[in-house]
Amino acid sequence: MKRYGRDRMSAGGGLLFGIDGVMTALCYLFLLIVVVIPVVSLGYHAFFYEGRFDPSLFAAQIAEPANRAALWNTLKIAFWVTLFGTAAGTFFGWLLGRSDIPAKGLMRAMFSIPYMFPPFLGAMAWDLLLNGRSGYLNKFLMSAFHLSSAPFNINSVGGIVFVECSYYFPFVFMQVASALERMDPTLEESARIAGAGRLEVFRRVTLPLILPAVSSGALLILIASLAHFGVPSILGFSQGIYTLPTRIYAVISRTGGSFEGIRSGAALSIVLVAVMAVAFMIQKKAIGSRGYDVIRGKSMNPSPVRLRGARIPLFILCIVSLVFTVVVPLVMIFLVSLVRAYGLPLTPANFTLKNYSRIFAASGTAESIKNSLFVSAAAGVLCMIMGTLIAYVVRRIRPRGKGILEALAMLPYSLPGTVLAIGVILAWSGGFFGISLYNTIWIILIAYLARYLSFALQSSSAALLQIHPSLEDAARSCGASHAQSILDVTLPLIRPAMVSGFFLIFLPAMREVTTSILLYGPYTRTLGVQIYSLRDAGMIPQAAALGSIAIVIIVVCNAVVTQITKDRKGV
Amino acid sequence: MDQIVLRNITKRFATRTMGDVTAVDHFNLSVREGECFSFLGPSGCGKSTTLRLIAGFEEPSEGEIEIGGRPVSVSSQNLCVPPEERGLGMVFQSYAVWPHMNVFENVAFPLRIQKTGREETGRRVKEALEHVGLSGLESRFPADLSGGQQQRIALARAIVTRPKTLLLDEPLSNLDPMLRESMRFEIRKLQKKLNLTVIFVTHDQAEAMAVSDRMMVCDMGKIIQTGTPEELYNRPNSRFVYGFLGESDFLNVVIKDGKAYAEGDLDHALPIPVPSDAKERMTVATRPNLIGLSGPGEDGYPSHIEKRIFLPDSTEYLVPAGGQILKVRTPHRVLFSEGEACAVRFAAPVWFPYED
Repeated sequence: MKRYGRDRMSAGGGLLFGIDGVMTALCYLFLLIVVVIPVVSLGYHAFFYEGRFDPSLFAAQIAEPANRAALWNTLKIAFWVTLFGTAAGTFFGWLLGRSDIPAKGLMRAMFSIPYMFPPFLGAMAWDLLLNGRSGYLNKFLMSAFHLSSAPFNINSVGGIVFVECSYYFPFVFMQVASALERMDPTLEESARIAGAGRLEVFRRVTLPLILPAVSSGALLILIASLAHFGVPSILGFSQGIYTLPTRIYAVISRTGGSFEGIRSGAALSIVLVAVMAVAFMIQKKAIGSRGYDVIRGKSMNPSPVRLRGARIPLFILCIVSLVFTVVVPLVMIFLVSLVRAYGLPLTPANFTLKNYSRIFAASGTAESIKNSLFVSAAAGVLCMIMGTLIAYVVRRIRPRGKGILEALAMLPYSLPGTVLAIGVILAWSGGFFGISLYNTIWIILIAYLARYLSFALQSSSAALLQIHPSLEDAARSCGASHAQSILDVTLPLIRPAMVSGFFLIFLPAMREVTTSILLYGPYTRTLGVQIYSLRDAGMIPQAAALGSIAIVIIVVCNAVVTQITKDRKGV
Repeated sequence: MDQIVLRNITKRFATRTMGDVTAVDHFNLSVREGECFSFLGPSGCGKSTTLRLIAGFEEPSEGEIEIGGRPVSVSSQNLCVPPEERGLGMVFQSYAVWPHMNVFENVAFPLRIQKTGREETGRRVKEALEHVGLSGLESRFPADLSGGQQQRIALARAIVTRPKTLLLDEPLSNLDPMLRESMRFEIRKLQKKLNLTVIFVTHDQAEAMAVSDRMMVCDMGKIIQTGTPEELYNRPNSRFVYGFLGESDFLNVVIKDGKAYAEGDLDHALPIPVPSDAKERMTVATRPNLIGLSGPGEDGYPSHIEKRIFLPDSTEYLVPAGGQILKVRTPHRVLFSEGEACAVRFAAPVWFPYED
């Protein structure tokens, strides 16, 4: 019988504070700084005032009609996004995972593009096209069909739902497509033999079997939509449509970042967290009750379902959806970035490259790129190191309380970025030991670390599970010390996972707005914040130009990652 | 001289479901220099834990361990020398060959830790690879090699520093049966050539008997018997050891008037001499190939063939005796058909106290 674990603590040579102890302590220290203190500060300031329990602020925030409207909008938007996103994701997932639709590989790659494209840029693009007053497409339709008013208005709850859907349906799509590919085809075949028709097989066999995949994807959409800031802030502010995250931002920025404003934000954050907690509870119930083991890991090469006559129409439907979710926003951003002044027709005569040179003249743009590169790379490296360390401690050293360690590291994953940002402000702008990082790049770094730590932890944890502990034991039996066996054996083996973990953090961090918009100071704008403020200042072509640069950076980095992961030897 | 000594070694684990579990219960053991000693037992018997205690990966809850006369684990003094300072070679069940290093780097690793010079390293690695028959594969990566070859890398890596003691943790269980037999022989040859003290953990009794000078059989955290393979096979101290070392038939018997009767059939006595100290109920053990069958009416216990199974090198019969079923294995030339009457004779029966 093999037993690994507990005793490895003492196998370090009887030292009380061996390398294991140091690593464990380091993990706790890190989590204390980036997770525990911010979260505790948030809860404390929402309910306590000057050291006394004071629920009046909390009650006042809940009583405020504007906040209730925001809560209602949040729920409404999240509900419709989840519903439509799940339906679309399941439909396309089935088409690409199980049918004989043409060009599957290409389409799959295209469908995953919304993953890397920042949603707030998409919202900007749609705003340019379908703005109720000045959208390009609206203007075109009005003149083409002699309409007296704009046929579409993207600055509405419906518009927000549409744009969020187009970014979040891949959550369900990916899960369903891969579940269908791994499903044992004989399960469906035996239903056919038993006399069930094609549709009945789908309804009675296929659908129930992929339901866990669908529901876990749906929950991802729900959580993401509840916490989402970018799209409602771009599309909703002009019409006074607020969701909880944007309302929190509005409350804080209206008071100019005063302590009162931040406290109100903290109280509202508690409401948002409560809503998210309910969503998580629903998931636990929904997923916990079903556990099928019919989806196997091995690839069976199931024969695809023939679409026959519907094949070409469905293919066209896919292409149209792709054009709307991926191509149109991208092209729009690029075209507008070239136009001399916002509002001019998008014809080559009006095109110029001046916007690109102008944005670098604008204050802070070059700095914002530098800031984003620095803070994203730093977050990537630190998260990767700490995530790996925590994964190692939890999986291998297994000290008492490893469950707490893991739960703390995963906690920020379930907190909206807005909430996290407020926690970090309350904790590290003088509230704790008088340490104030307000208006510095470090406070943004702390928020990023908390936000992205779970990504690194998961990727390193999965890699560690692949490495049998006996590989390290073998090094020790060869005379290597524990530290040396980690350096010579374990680290080289999980290095690929650490590299991809780095990019998993670096890429989303490069386009981050939700937390940075609450944390930036005069000299610490990030790329996302700068695009956002350029647009806010009415410099729309320049915002589009900077957005284009951001997209190029993201695409280049993504290509680099793919290259790195492809070249790796099969270890 | 004793190379490895275990005194009162006990290991308890805290488990979530069953509370404290004693995996190793007061083991006393000495392994002599230059001998190949096997730990044999079913999974969960404590054999691997004992090996890991010797290697230093686990700390004993009680007791002490000495390697080459030097105390390495002494629980009363809170002493536990870390594995890297015990000077042992070890081969793991999973081979634990590092996939990111080629064959040379894998085997050279222990020398690198010892900061051996380049030339000396090259010479020693070459020698180790020759010992295991892997010369010429230095620059290959483990992923390109077969299971048997990876096993040899692990073996070469374990002997490259010329340790006095080699610990083998089920080293052959991942190999296919043909390769397993030839590797047994090679490990034995290498052990003799390098005069190694080897501890060999296995759950396969044939493997243990083939490689060992002496062996220990354990079960549920306790040592049941220690001795040479012949001693254990011929003079097992318990029904467990008898059963574990080979296929066996156990027959519960009732003793009446100095004669043995199979439980459920008091009409026909079994043709077995009964020891004088036999209690009223006993268990008699024998092996399927030690039971003889002959035609009805001849000497023996009268019964019939309930089932016949034709196997590659023998024919197996299931023969009822009272309410129990005996498994009998005979050469192919002794042929009975199902339902046919027969007489059963027993060679070398062994008596154990009655166990239900």
